[in-house]
Amino acid sequence: MKSYFSELFTGAWSLILGLKVTIKALFSPIVTYQYPREKLVVTPNYRGHIDLVKDAETGAHKCITCGSCMRECPSDCIFLDGEKREGVKGKALTIFTLNFTKCSLCGACVEVCPTDALDYSNEYELAGFTREEFHYDLLKRVEERE
Amino acid sequence: MSMDIEVLEDSRHHRYVLNMGPQHPSTHGVLRVLLELEGEYAMELLPVLGYGHRCHEKIAEFKPAKSFMPNTARMDYLGALIYNQGFAQLLEKAAGIEVPERVEYIRVMASELNRIQSHLLWYGAYLLDLGAFTPIMYAFDDREHILDILEDVTGSRLTYCYFRVGGVSKDIDDKFVTSTRAFIDRLRSRFPMYEDLVNGNVILQKRLIDVGELTPHICARYGITGPMLRGTGVAYDLRRAEPYSIYSEFDFEIPTETKGDCMASFLVRFREMEQSLRIIEQALDRLPEGPIMAAKVPKKLKIPAGDYNSSVEAPRGELSYYLVSDGSDVPYRLKVRTPSYSNLSVVPEMCQGMLLSDVVSAMGSLDLVIPEIDR
Amino acid sequence: MEIFYSILPELIRIVVCAVCGAVIVFGNALVMGYAERKLAGHIMLRPGPMEVGPHGIYQLVVDGLKLMGKQLVVPAKADPLLFRFAPLLAFAPVFVPLLVIPFSSKLQGFDLDIGLLVILALASINLLAVLIGGWSSNNKYSLFGAFRAVSQNVAYEIPMLLSLLSIIFMTNTFSLKAVVAAQSPVWFIVIQPLAFLIYLVSIVAETNRAPFDLPEAESELTAGFHTEYSGMSFSLFVLGEYANMFIVSSVATVFFLGGSSGIPLPYFEYSGIIWFMLKVYTLMFFLVWIRWTYPRTRFDQLMNFCWKYLIPFALVNLLITVVMVKLL
Repeated sequence: MKSYFSELFTGAWSLILGLKVTIKALFSPIVTYQYPREKLVVTPNYRGHIDLVKDAETGAHKCITCGSCMRECPSDCIFLDGEKREGVKGKALTIFTLNFTKCSLCGACVEVCPTDALDYSNEYELAGFTREEFHYDLLKRVEERE
Repeated sequence: MSMDIEVLEDSRHHRYVLNMGPQHPSTHGVLRVLLELEGEYAMELLPVLGYGHRCHEKIAEFKPAKSFMPNTARMDYLGALIYNQGFAQLLEKAAGIEVPERVEYIRVMASELNRIQSHLLWYGAYLLDLGAFTPIMYAFDDREHILDILEDVTGSRLTYCYFRVGGVSKDIDDKFVTSTRAFIDRLRSRFPMYEDLVNGNVILQKRLIDVGELTPHICARYGITGPMLRGTGVAYDLRRAEPYSIYSEFDFEIPTETKGDCMASFLVRFREMEQSLRIIEQALDRLPEGPIMAAKVPKKLKIPAGDYNSSVEAPRGELSYYLVSDGSDVPYRLKVRTPSYSNLSVVPEMCQGMLLSDVVSAMGSLDLVIPEIDR
Repeated sequence: MEIFYSILPELIRIVVCAVCGAVIVFGNALVMGYAERKLAGHIMLRPGPMEVGPHGIYQLVVDGLKLMGKQLVVPAKADPLLFRFAPLLAFAPVFVPLLVIPFSSKLQGFDLDIGLLVILALASINLLAVLIGGWSSNNKYSLFGAFRAVSQNVAYEIPMLLSLLSIIFMTNTFSLKAVVAAQSPVWFIVIQPLAFLIYLVSIVAETNRAPFDLPEAESELTAGFHTEYSGMSFSLFVLGEYANMFIVSSVATVFFLGGSSGIPLPYFEYSGIIWFMLKVYTLMFFLVWIRWTYPRTRFDQLMNFCWKYLIPFALVNLLITVVMVKLL
């Protein structure tokens, strides 16, 4: 009989404690962001898809077409090729594509690159209607970037 | 799976066969459970797996071992760093690479943050299973802070690929230290709130106490590890039982309960968060300077022929990697022993004769991550 | 012709009452739908609906339009007639109880001698709708939801009636107007706090709301009895639920919180409705508040609580009331 009543009172008290927490929350400021209206500042360390780095001095990319990234990639999502050109030492980059649908963002390509020609982009708003939208032409992207 | 619902229903026609999943709010993923009900009591349960199978172990046999690192994060997306840790440890053991001290500290801190993050998500989702909608938002509020801290270091928010063979990919900075310390204070101040809102709540206690009781004997038979096992009173935690990395240097407790019911594993997980905070705090205090990569890591990591094993304590239990090598850089066979798979296997025995509502709370207390089961 | 003139005022009264009833049902659903989402949002530290209109106030209107535009899917093996009939049955009877509720001393459709019985009888029809809806869907989850709803509602009607009965013994009438009149100067919540508490717990179960929302328990039964309902047939269930909340809160206001009594305002015979609505919506706020705080109970615990706590307490309370009424 005693436990019958004590259970009732401890139970009721625990319910009141819960109500206290939620009523306090009701009058607390909200913690969410209204995403498309206000955007969070993304940390510069965020690893998006890879991009070719633009050399500040020469204004060109730094890729020497060694193909290490292509070999290192666990998901085979990088393809690059180059050709021999007049007056250029080594091979000149002709195509550098990234199939981002397969990429798992491990960062192996960036770490293996001997000339630091690759870096992560900071883009996170990626949505599209077709797969082809995520086949990036990185060479074109680096040329278009100012 | 040859068991057809109609056939099942026909052969035992007094029973009612309910197909829970693969799309069901409380299976947390593509798990399907066939329930044979009498009234609302589940007389037989049959988990049906395989909806999320992605051949991770087979993939490992086709590419250089260290390229498998991103895949480990996809198996258990909530304990990605701990899965990274196990795999990095395995290859370091196999190739005989000595890891710098600072790396170990960074790994421990990141792993423990990851563990808290996983427990917080489980906490919210479990309460959602039990019908309380608000606690998940509070848990996510705290969890976002961990994700922000880890994003700043690792570059991603969920499926981290941060650890490397012999080191980590990026060094931590002062910002990490200050924000982690701030987070530790914050989470500690939030525990009383959770205590009031959830843990002490009479409805929750009635839902969890005496539900799904396990004994150490049952756990041993099914190979159950992690908080489920510790809830039965066995203080088995790999961080203490077979200390890997530098866990032997830290002062922390292994929370245990004796009853083995849902409430026991609930409380064990809740207290583990506090213990993880203690580990992080100690690691921050002692953080040494040094390199973040071992001196000699060959570019092509050849693994000497033989078999290797590495086990770590994942949020859900014991995670083991077992690798057989034929001497090349590609593993001959990689076997991953994931905790959720063994933990799930107890469901038919644990949930027999339970009410449908109790099946939900018992399965929730397993803290299942389905991609880890199917992998 | 003479007969026509004699019944004309009554006819007009019926039409006006019906229109007002519809306004209250739909208006209440709009207000409560918005308030519930907004309150739930702020309790969860998020803003709730924010996009449609300032602070999302048109959200419910847009949702209503969307629901009207949706296809009404009838599952292949469902009973087509009953499946379509159930939402109507959930929604239609909620108008009648509104006719006998005294919103203020002069704003009342009909003052029936059996006012309370009308309300309780008609409010129970909602249960039949849930049963029919769950049964006819031919879905296993729906069937469970329907079964749970029936046993839960039948069980919880007993403490609800017993707690109201102790008031009836004090006032000797079923007429709601007379009950309100009997509450000056002291509201019955002061004299009968236990009955009020029991009634409050019972109405949570009666309206199938969390923590007693077992018929729709979504983590167990996906969506319970309305799993298969879509579009407008689903929203009729929701309209019915909110209207029922309004009715049971009104009854609580009439029986325990003094109905429309309060600090007198100008034209108090009519403006008492302000106090009435304030009390009703305070109770409804409480229902929303507990919904977003507690986990769900289990079915046997729900029944145990009713039989082991609510009914004994209600009976003891009734007994004491009867003795006191006899003695005083």
